[in-house]
Amino acid sequence: MTANSRYKSKAALLHWINMVSFAADDAALYLDTHPQDQEALAYFANYSGLRRQAMEDFAEAFYPLTRDASQNSRQQWDWGAGPLPWEGGC
Amino acid sequence: MWNYEKRLQYPVNITKTNPQIAQVIISQFGGPDGELAASMRYLSQKYSMPDKKIAGLLNDIGTEELAHLEMIGAIVYQLTKGITPEEVMASGFEKYYVDHTTGVWPQAAGGIPFNACEFQSKGDPITDLTEDLAAEQKARSTYDNILRLVKDPEVCDPIRFLREREIVHFQRFGEALRMLQDSLDAKNFYAFNPSFDCAKPNSCK
Repeated sequence: MTANSRYKSKAALLHWINMVSFAADDAALYLDTHPQDQEALAYFANYSGLRRQAMEDFAEAFYPLTRDASQNSRQQWDWGAGPLPWEGGC
Repeated sequence: MWNYEKRLQYPVNITKTNPQIAQVIISQFGGPDGELAASMRYLSQKYSMPDKKIAGLLNDIGTEELAHLEMIGAIVYQLTKGITPEEVMASGFEKYYVDHTTGVWPQAAGGIPFNACEFQSKGDPITDLTEDLAAEQKARSTYDNILRLVKDPEVCDPIRFLREREIVHFQRFGEALRMLQDSLDAKNFYAFNPSFDCAKPNSCK
């Protein structure tokens, strides 16, 4: 998936977040036992950066996925916004 | 501490209920080789793990297991959402239903409640990591057993993801055990317990 297609829809952006987050999570476990692997460090840095940007984009366009991404400028508490993950669609 | 992220680690979108298969899959919520036991095992063992890198690995894998617990809960929930009393009776779900309705509660498929005796925190790093390797294989076998019974691709898909993670965690724990043994007496790994006999600074130098 290219960076441009991330913005097609909420579902597409969430799918992108799931993909880049998984890549970063899996690389993190590998790095726990191979902390000096330069290739893995670069891989993690790449996906971690893509994830950070996508999480910000998602909060900006839809609703916050973490409490830290909550948009304080809005007039109401937005942490409860969006569907619950276990209801499907997330 | 932990921060919640409002998404599942891997999506669960089940459109067809099946209370019979929900009763099987619930074993990975609160059963002997389930995700709750996995998470509690690693998050309990981390304190006495003498190698900082391995303690960090236990913390990270224990955290991922919490995300897996949430996925299994979502699968069980979506498989039973909106079922009728007739469907409860026809699917053999009535024994669970009478105590929990369609609430998700940690139990094994056979109805045995979740119990901390399903895992160990032995305070001996060789023992604990060997248990962790076995735990990942037991969970993988359970997912294999589930996959033989499940026909719905919407259920198989997230179960296959979870099965694959057991294999990755097994690999990481194998590396952790080797790292630990490399730091012990190669002539006798069991000469002392580095978590206990060496707990005070410089006591095993």
